[in-house]
Amino acid sequence: MYYLKLIFKNIFRHRLRSILTIVGLVVAILAFGLLQTVVNAWYAGADMASANRLVTRNATSLVFSLPAYYRERIKAIDGVTAVAISNWFGGVYKDQTFKNFFATFAVDHDVFFDLYPEFRVKPDELLAFKKDQRGCMVGRLIADQHGFKVGDVIPLTSPIYGGGTWELTVRGIYEPKDETTVTRQLYFHWDYMNEQMKKRFPKRAESAGVFIVQIADGSRAAEISQAIDREFRNSLAETLTETEKAFSLGFVAQTEAIVTAVKIVSFVVIVIIFAVVANTMAMTARERLAEYATLKALGFPPIFVAMLIFGESVLISALGGALGILLTFPVAAGFKLAMGTMFPVFYVTGQTVAMQVAASVAVGVLAGILPSIRAANVRIVDGLRYAG
Amino acid sequence: MKIPFSYIFRNLWTRKLTTLLTAGGMALVVFVFAAVLMLDAGLKRTLVSTGSLDNAILLRQSSQTEIQSSVYRDQASLLETMREVAHGNDGTPLVSKETLVLTQIPKRGSDKPQNIVVRGLPALGIQLRPQVHIVDGRWFRTGTSEIVVGRSIADGFEGVGIGERLRFAAREWTVVGTFDGGKSGFDSEIWGDVEQMMQAFRRTAYSSVIVRLRDRQALGALEGDVNADQRLILDVKREPEFYAEQSKTLSTFISILGLTLSIIFSIGAMIGAMITMYAAVANRTTEIGTLRALGFRRSSILSAFLLESVLLAIVGGIAGLTLASFLQAFTITTMNWQSFSQLAFGFDLTARIVTVTLVFSIVMGLVGGFLPSVRAARLEIVDSLRAA
Amino acid sequence: MVSITHLSKSYRRGDQVVPVLRDITLAIPEGDFIALMGPSGSGKSTLLNLIAGIDKPDSGELLVHGEDITRLAEADLADWRASNVGFIFQFYNLMPVLDAFENVELPLLLTSLGKRERRERVETALSLVGLADRMEHYPNELSGGQQQRVAIARALITDPAIIVADEPTGDLDRKSAEEILGLLRRLNAEMGKTVIMVTHDGHAVESARHVTHLEKGELMPDPGSSSQPRRPG
Repeated sequence: MYYLKLIFKNIFRHRLRSILTIVGLVVAILAFGLLQTVVNAWYAGADMASANRLVTRNATSLVFSLPAYYRERIKAIDGVTAVAISNWFGGVYKDQTFKNFFATFAVDHDVFFDLYPEFRVKPDELLAFKKDQRGCMVGRLIADQHGFKVGDVIPLTSPIYGGGTWELTVRGIYEPKDETTVTRQLYFHWDYMNEQMKKRFPKRAESAGVFIVQIADGSRAAEISQAIDREFRNSLAETLTETEKAFSLGFVAQTEAIVTAVKIVSFVVIVIIFAVVANTMAMTARERLAEYATLKALGFPPIFVAMLIFGESVLISALGGALGILLTFPVAAGFKLAMGTMFPVFYVTGQTVAMQVAASVAVGVLAGILPSIRAANVRIVDGLRYAG
Repeated sequence: MKIPFSYIFRNLWTRKLTTLLTAGGMALVVFVFAAVLMLDAGLKRTLVSTGSLDNAILLRQSSQTEIQSSVYRDQASLLETMREVAHGNDGTPLVSKETLVLTQIPKRGSDKPQNIVVRGLPALGIQLRPQVHIVDGRWFRTGTSEIVVGRSIADGFEGVGIGERLRFAAREWTVVGTFDGGKSGFDSEIWGDVEQMMQAFRRTAYSSVIVRLRDRQALGALEGDVNADQRLILDVKREPEFYAEQSKTLSTFISILGLTLSIIFSIGAMIGAMITMYAAVANRTTEIGTLRALGFRRSSILSAFLLESVLLAIVGGIAGLTLASFLQAFTITTMNWQSFSQLAFGFDLTARIVTVTLVFSIVMGLVGGFLPSVRAARLEIVDSLRAA
Repeated sequence: MVSITHLSKSYRRGDQVVPVLRDITLAIPEGDFIALMGPSGSGKSTLLNLIAGIDKPDSGELLVHGEDITRLAEADLADWRASNVGFIFQFYNLMPVLDAFENVELPLLLTSLGKRERRERVETALSLVGLADRMEHYPNELSGGQQQRVAIARALITDPAIIVADEPTGDLDRKSAEEILGLLRRLNAEMGKTVIMVTHDGHAVESARHVTHLEKGELMPDPGSSSQPRRPG
C-alpha cells in the first residue's frame, strides 16, 4: 500500500507530463476499442442469421432471379415448414447518400414475418400490413432515423425496377428481439411489385430474387439444402441453397480486405502510444537518476529502485487505460448515432474490453522495462554525479 | 530568427532515444495517413483508367452499374445507325454490344467464393479497349466457350490458369489466356464471347453498349440524339466518367475512415511531441536564460523551439512516407459495393500525396510544439538563470 | 559611467512582498573594477542583474553612459545588452551542443557581420584567452577553467563597455581561479573595460580596484569611504 502511494505521488510530481501521457493513453485506448467495435459490427448481419433458415438463390449468379413458382416446389420438400420470396428492391429514399439509405425488399406478405420471429410485430399492425397491398413494415431503426410513423407514406424510386415513384404506406413498425437483431429494413408486398411488373415489363414478372426457407430441424440444414438444389438441377434456373449465415458471411467476406486493414490499423495506435509512454518513462527515469543512486547508497536493493519506475509506468498506463475503457461506451453510442443505419448493430463486447485491458497492461509493462533496468543498474557514483 | 540551425539540430541529435521515440510515433501516424491517401488514389486511378475518352457507354436509364442495366437488341441496333459513331476501316460501326454477369470463384488460399464480373463482348469490343493486351496465351475465339482472365483474377484466384476450366451457367469454359488491363478495372474481369454468354445465361438483352465516338466532342450530340428518340431510354456517359462514379461510395468510405483515423492518431503523436518539447524546455532553461541575456529576443527563442519540433516531425514524416512507399508493391482486392463485384487496386504514391503528407507532418510539429515553445519564450531571464 | 540613483527592487512571494534592494545610490566610474560583496540574500546579485539589464527595478534611475536603461522597452533592452554588456556566469553557461568557436560566435549572430569577419573576431578572442588550439572542442571536453575562458571570450566578442561577472571563480580550483582573475585584470587594465564582479571569494576581491558591501539590500558604509580602493591606480 505504501508502495502504491509512493508511485502515485511520483506520477504527479510532474503533473503536466503525467496528464499529457494519460490523455494520450485515453485517446489511444479509446480509438482502439472503437475500431474493434467497428470490426465486430461489420459481421453483425451474420450474427443475426438463424440456424433454421436457408437462402435459395440462382446458382449461376445472385444477379439472376428464379421463377416465382419454385415456391410451391420448395415447400413440398421434406423438412421445409415455410417458404417466402424476397426480392431486393434497391429503393432510394430522397437521395443516394449514406444518411438516407436503408434496405428495401419485396416479400411474400402472408408468411414473411412468420419466418422472422426476431422481428417483434404488433398483431393489429401486421394484419393491417397484410390487408393493404401498398402497405409496408419498417424496422425500428429506420423509423427512429427518419421519423416514420404508422400511416406515413414513403416515396421510393428504384433503379432496378424503374417505374417512377412507388408510394408505400407504413402499416407497422417492428422491434428487435435483442441487440443482435438488425431492424434496418423496409418490407412491402411482392404481389404489388409483381402487378406493376406485369403491366410495365411483362418479361420480368413472376421472378423471385431469393427464397427464404424455414426448416424444422436446424441440424438437417445441409441435407435439406442439397435436396432443394437437386430438385432444380438441369432445369431452366438451377439453384444454390445455403444457410442464412453462410449467405450473409458471403457478403462480408467480400470486403474482407478492408476489415483486415482496419484490424491492423487498430493495433498501430497501440504502438504509437507505446512510443509516447516509453519516451515519458525514459525521460523521467533519466531525471531521477540521482535519486535512485542515493537510494542505492542508502542501502535499498536495486529491485526496489527498479520497481519504483516500473510501477509508475504500469500505474500510468492503468489510469489512462481505465479512463479510455470507460469512455469507450458513451463514445460508441455517439458513433452509432452519427453513422445512422450504417451499423445497425453496434455495441462494445466483453472481448473488446479485455483487449483494451491487455493493451494497456502491455504498454505499461513494455515501456517500463528498459528504464527500470537502467535505474536498477545505475552505479551510485555516476548517479550522484548526475545531480551536478 | 538568429539562433543557429546547428543548435536546433544538434539538440535533437543529443537526445537520441527521445528523438527516436517521438519521431517514430509520428512516422506511424504519417504512414497511416499516407497509406489511406495512396489507397484512394490507387482506387481512383484504377477506375479512371478503365475506359477511354473516345468511348461512350450506354446503359438503361438510371442504372448505376452495367450489371443492373439492360439494352434490348433493337435498341442496340438503332445505336449502330447514329451519326456520332465512328466506323472502322471496313465501314462497320464501332459499336460493341456487351453483357455482364457475376459468377463466383474462390480466392487463392481460401474457400470463400467471391463475386467476379464476367463480360461477354464481341471481338470489336476488344478493339475498343486499346489499353488491354494479352500477356499469356491468346484471346478467345468467337463462337466458342473460351474465356480469358484479367491479370488480378489470374494472380488472386483459384483454378483460372491457362487450360483450366471454369463451370458456370451449366457449361464449362476453358481459360485460354491472361490479359493485362492496364491497371484498370478490367484487370478484375473475365472476358468471353458475348453471344455464347447470352445463350448460356438465357439472356434476351445486352447489359451495355460501348461506342467509339467519331470525335471526342461528339458526346453531347450523341446524347441529344439518344434523348430525342423515344425508343432509346438510355443514359449516355463518357466511359472513364462512368467508371469513376462507380467507385464513389467505396472511395468516400475509404477517405472518411482513413482521415478520421489519421486525425485521432495524430493526437497521440502530437501529445508525444508536446511531452518531448516540454522536457527540452525544462532541461535547457539555463540556456534559454543565457541566450536572452546575450540579447536574443523572445521571438527567436519561440522560433527555435518551434523549429525543433517541426524538424522532429519532418524526420518522422519522411520515415513514415518512406515506409508507405513500400506499399506500392501490394494490391488490395475487395468488393465494390455499387457493382457488387470484386475490384483490385493498388497504392498510388503521387507527388501531391508527398506534399500533403509533409504538410501534415509539419502541422503536427507546429501544434505539438506550440505550447512548449511559448513557455520557453515567456521565461523571465532572472528566473531561468537562477534555475542552474 | 554607471550612475545608480535611488534604486529599489522587491520580489513577490505569494502575497508577501520581500524587499531585496532598498534605495541604492552608487556611481561606478568608467574603467573601474568593482567587487560587490555581501552575505547571502544581501541583494548583490540582484544589483548586478539590474545593471546588466536582465531585470527591471521597481523605482529609481539607472544610467549607463548617460542612457537610462530602466526606460527601455524589452526588445530595445535586448539590443542594448547585445552591444553593451558581456556576461560571465559561475557555471559558465555555455551551450553544450555548440563547440568553443560556436559558443564565442553566438553574440555576433545578433550583428550584421559576415561570416569571414565573425571568424576573424572569434579567433582573435579565443587567442586572447589562450584557447586558440581548442576551438573545436565541446564544453564537456574542456576543464572548468577552460570553459570559463571560453565564456570570457564570448563576453568580449562584441567589445562591450561593461563586463558583469557573477561568482566567476565559484566553481574553479585555486589555479584556474587565478588564471581567470588574471584575465579579468587584463581586460580592465589593458582594454579599459569596466568590470563589475559579485563574489564570495576573498581572494578574488583582491583583484578589484574597489569593494562595495551590501547587507539586507542596503549599501554598507565602509570604515573610511563607501568605495575602498584596493589597488593603486
